Formats: sequence, C-alpha cells, structure tokens
Amino acid sequence: MFKRLFSLEWKSFFRSASLGKSIGLKILMGFLALYFIAAFLMFGIGLYPIIIEYFPGEEPLYLVNRWFLVWMVLELVYRFLLQNLPIMDIKPLMLLPIKKRKMVNFVLLKSLYSFFNFLPLLIIIPFGIFNIYKQTFSTGAIIAWMIAMIGLTLSVNYANFIIKKNFTDNIKALIPVVLSIAVIAILDYFKIFESSVWFGKGLNAILEFPLLALTPILIVIVFYKWNQKDLESKFYLDSTLKDEVKDANTNEFLWTRRFGDIAPYLQLDLKMIWRNKRPKTTVYISILFLAYGLIFYGNDAYQEMPAFFVFAGIFITGIFMINFGQFIPSWDAGYYPLIMAQNIPLKKYLTAKAGLITFSVVVLAILSTPYLYFGWKIFLINLICAVYNIGVNIPILLYAGSFNRKKIDLDKSPFMNYQGTGATQWIVGLPLLLMPLLIFWIINKFISFESALTVLFVLGVVGLILRNRAIGFIAQRYKGQKYAMIEGFKQSGE
Amino acid sequence: MITATNLTKKYNGTTVLNIEHLDIPTGQSMGLVGNNGAGKTTFFSMLLDLIQPTTGNIFNHEITVSQNEEWKEFTSSFIDESFLIGYLTPEEYFYFIGDLRKQNKADVDALLLTFEDFFHDEILGKRKYLRDLSKGNQKKVGIVAALIGSPKVIILDEPFANLDPTTQIRLKKIIKDLTAQKETTILISSHDLIHVTEVCERIVLLDKGDLVKDLMTSTATLDELETYFSKDLTLKEEA
Repeated sequence: MFKRLFSLEWKSFFRSASLGKSIGLKILMGFLALYFIAAFLMFGIGLYPIIIEYFPGEEPLYLVNRWFLVWMVLELVYRFLLQNLPIMDIKPLMLLPIKKRKMVNFVLLKSLYSFFNFLPLLIIIPFGIFNIYKQTFSTGAIIAWMIAMIGLTLSVNYANFIIKKNFTDNIKALIPVVLSIAVIAILDYFKIFESSVWFGKGLNAILEFPLLALTPILIVIVFYKWNQKDLESKFYLDSTLKDEVKDANTNEFLWTRRFGDIAPYLQLDLKMIWRNKRPKTTVYISILFLAYGLIFYGNDAYQEMPAFFVFAGIFITGIFMINFGQFIPSWDAGYYPLIMAQNIPLKKYLTAKAGLITFSVVVLAILSTPYLYFGWKIFLINLICAVYNIGVNIPILLYAGSFNRKKIDLDKSPFMNYQGTGATQWIVGLPLLLMPLLIFWIINKFISFESALTVLFVLGVVGLILRNRAIGFIAQRYKGQKYAMIEGFKQSGE
Repeated sequence: MITATNLTKKYNGTTVLNIEHLDIPTGQSMGLVGNNGAGKTTFFSMLLDLIQPTTGNIFNHEITVSQNEEWKEFTSSFIDESFLIGYLTPEEYFYFIGDLRKQNKADVDALLLTFEDFFHDEILGKRKYLRDLSKGNQKKVGIVAALIGSPKVIILDEPFANLDPTTQIRLKKIIKDLTAQKETTILISSHDLIHVTEVCERIVLLDKGDLVKDLMTSTATLDELETYFSKDLTLKEEA
C-alpha cells in the first residue's frame, strides 16, 4: 500500500502540467538547491577548523552544543514560515478503503524527505567525522552525538507541524508562545538563566553517556505520535481539510469613480490586489524595495557611475510596475473567459491596467523623495526615471503580457513562487531595465549628464503622448493571441 | 437571428463539432442536448468567440463573432465558474456586470429584487466572496448576472445542474417569462430532457459533433429524445 501511495506521489510530480514546460525554471530551482547544498556542506566541513581558528582553547564540540538551542529555535522559525504538511493531497483518498492510520503515517513519513531535514545532515555529518578523526572523544560517543543531533532536527520537524496545526487558525494564540520564547531568550542574554548553556551541558553529557542519545529519539517518537493522534482526530472534511471562509472585505474604492469609464476596471483591480494574498504581498514588497537605493547611493564605488543610479531609479519607482505588470493579464486568468465574452473592450481593459501602474509609479516616486538627502542629482534621476517608466516601460510590459500563457493562483504566497513565470518574464527584463541604463550611459559618457537625463525625459513624455495609440496596437496583439491565452489560462500549472 | 454555417472544430484531426447550417431566429428558445463530448460547450464557446472554429463562421445578428466585437453589447452568457470573479461578493459582481452593461446601481438593484425568490435568501447580504459559495449558489449568481441589462441573446450552459429542486422550478419559470415576449433569444444546454423540453420551443440534438435531430417541441418530443438516448440499450437487449 505504501508503495502505491508513493507511486501516486511520483506520478503527480511527473505528470503535473508544469513539468517540461518550464524546464528553465526547474534548472534555476536546481541551481538554488545546489547553492544551498554547497553552502551548508562548506559550513559543515569548515566548522571545526573555523572554531579552532577563532576560538582557540575552546573544545569545538562543546561550543557547538552551547549554541545548539539557538540554532533549533531559528530552525523552528524558518520551518514555521516555509514548511507545510501536504495534508490536502490526501483528500481524494479519503473515500477509498485505505486505513486512516496508514494515510496519516504516509503524510508524516513523507515529510522526512523534506529538503529542510536534508540540509542539517550536511553540517552534522562532516562535523562529526572531523571529531572522530581528532579522537578527542571516543568514536562511539561521537556517533551517539550525531544520532542525537539528527533526532533533535527531526523533533523540530514534527514540532513545527504541531505548532502549525494549532496556531495558524488563531495567530493570537501564538503570542504567549512567542512571548515565553522571548523571555527565555532575554534571561539567557542577560545571563540570569542561561537555558542555552544548560541545554549544551545536556548535550555534552551524551558524550560521556552515549546511551542518553536515546532521549532525542524518544522525543521524535513522542512528537510523531502526537501528530498522528492530532491528524487522525482531524481527518474530516470540515475541520482541517477545508479552507477557512473569511468575512468579506467590502471596501468599494468609490473614489475611483472620477476616472470615468475605466473606473469599474480600476475597482476590480484594486479589489483583486487587496483581497488576494499574492498581489497583496507584491505591494508590500514594492514598499520594502524603496530602500533599494541605499545600496547604491551611500556606496562610494558607484559615485563615478551615475548609470547605476538610473538603474536604481527605474527599479525604485517601477518595482510595483515590474512585479505586477509582468503578470498582466495572468492575474485575471481565473476569469479570463468572462473578460473575453463580456462587454469589455480590450483597449479599455488595458488602459485601466496602465492607469493603475502609472498611479503606482507616481506614488513610489513621491515616497522616494527622502533620497533628496543624497543630493538633488539623485532626486532628479528618480523623477526622470519615473517619467520614463510611465511613458516607455508601461507599454513594453503590457505588450510583453500578450505572451503570457500561465495562470496565477491569487491565493498563494509570492515567496519562492514561480507560478506564472515563463520565458517572457526573463526576456522583458532586458529592455525594461537595461535600455534606459544603456541610453543614459552612452549619452552621459559622450555628451553630458544633463543631456542624458533630458533624452530619458523626452522619451518618457513622447511615450505618454503616444500611449493611446500604443495601447490600441497592443490591444490588437491581445486579440490575436486571445484563443491561445484562454487555452493557456485554463491549465493549472505551477 | 443567429446563424452558423459550415462550422467545424477539429483537435489534432479529430472532429468534435460539425454543423453544416443552423439558424436560430430572434426570440426563439433553443435547447441543446447530447451526451458528454457531443460538442454543446464547444458550440457555445465558439458562439462567444472563446475558441476558434476550424472552418466556418457564426453570425450573431449579422455580426461575424470572430471578427467584430459588437455582439458583446447584446449577448450575455454563463458557461462555467470561469465567468465568476472569486474575490468579489455577489453584490459587487452584479454591480460590476451592471457597469459593463451600462446599468447603474439602481437598475441592478431593481432587477435583483425580482430574483429574491430565486436567491432564497442565500446570496445577498451574506458578506461572503463568490469563491466561498456552494456550487449551486455560484450558479444562481452566474445565471442572474447573465440576465442583467436585458440582453438580446442569452447563453446558459447546463443551467439546471447543481441547482436544488425548488430553484430548478423557479429557473424554469424565469426562462419561460423571458421567452414569452419573443424578443430574447435563449440558448440552453442540458442533460435533463424533461426540463429542457419544458422550457424550450426547439430542441437540437448533437451526437459526437453532428447535428442529428432538430425538433420543434411538441408533446411527442420527450419520448422521441428518450428513445434516441436509450437506443444503445435497446440494441443490446435485442441482441
């Protein structure tokens, strides 16, 4: 039976609509995974020599034990943010004659194969081997220690699921937990009660009495059983397996009325952004990226290369434009047939999108005014980049949108989420970011700073004047691609 | 008047729809029946220019649907959930469709008032997004939205499916009232032969993409359709 469940899992991976279509993305993800593997492995191998080098006289193993509690808390935090128990997948299996216990075990055991459990091994094993090689402790003691470490990692794995199950519905209930962790951390920091030291001493004891390594294993078993009980009791459609229903937010965005006949579309877009996780997070990210300029402006290395300031200016004032615009019209994929069959002229639809993005560029340009602190030049560059974004980059993005064929699930988080990403997103980045940079760089180099800025400004204004015609042209292009887009948006893919 | 001529749709060489000629006069209510894969939804999708015909054309009041968009002003439809916007409440959705069909809030409210019975107090004022409604209630919203702005042509794919019995009966009355004036052309597909023969004056039967029967509804129609759909069964029994 287990074999069959695993074969289902295997098929779901290889038969998913996305496989093969986005091979480029898979490669990118592969590289990211390789990067993390390499980083952790380097750290694991380097840990022993580093400690010897920077903390002479300390016993490396004791030092690691001393800080292990802190590591575990951090691990719990990032697991809490990133790792999920894939419980929804078993919903279709509920009706089949498979024992509950078996399915619960399957889900729980499957979680062991998570990348999160694999990475710590890359530190624990090389570090353990170093210790065995050094022979400060007996080989048996080190192996017991390694087993204990792996046990603790897996405990975190299962503890995370317990916490998630019981607290995600009710974030407020999490406050006492966070507070008590904070209290423990503060007591530790001010050396009133150093729990991390005591925890480390406990781990040191394993080296003397290797049989103590059984304790973490017992902890894993307890957590596993707890998860098992918990899941079995919640194995009903109406409790865990159902998404919760939220009370509707009824902000009408009536102020958009003043924009005349594109108002209904603007309202729809604003509601789409505020009521769905992915576009909403995109807005927050845009605000965070306002600080991006600090990397460039404060750094002496860039002072002689104002072209980089143009890059920063395009980015700061256009981050929402880029994040939101690259997925037009995939945001509306779920109801694209409605958009196509209803009385919606494509030109108006696109004009509304352009209007919304223009508005975002203006807002971000205003919010970026504190950069005046770094001098009027930077301020001026930002303003002119905003004009350029509005005039030139918005039509480019809308045009690129006609190549989009991939749906976006509005309710997924955008972090590490490449759904909807295809070749379009990579290719459009070039004209969007590099073209203004190149234009500026050439003119600045051969003529002057002022004329370079003037050219960007004029390009932006010309684009704005021609926008109506450009959008008419882009609408034709959308019309031509209509059937392929409807077909593509129907596919659910990653 | 809706006319389809020489209309075919092929996917990788397989013909899924093949209609040589079909006229639907203005004001007629036409029911489309057929088993799964008969081409009902394909026909509707082509009528709405959502998929491209391999050959042929559809004219909606003299407008070629794949070349000119003006038919959208007087045609409305509900095919499936992709015609709903999940993150809107039913009211917002109605007002949005109203905006598109040049109806102000008061017009939409007045129309919704006449559907109070149909909604059965499960749709309006519930502070719920469409995505959180049950399938049946979503369907109610989609059907009513298709009636906003007195369209000349209304296309409903499987309107009776997922509805509770009371709502099915109410929907039949709504459709009959709409067609009474002979001004609105209604196209309905259904698997429920009883409902469809009751509300439509004409039944078109598709089988694997071919138009095999075109009947003006009479008392004999239901029997004829039932005989047609059970023919495989009878053949087997005889053998």
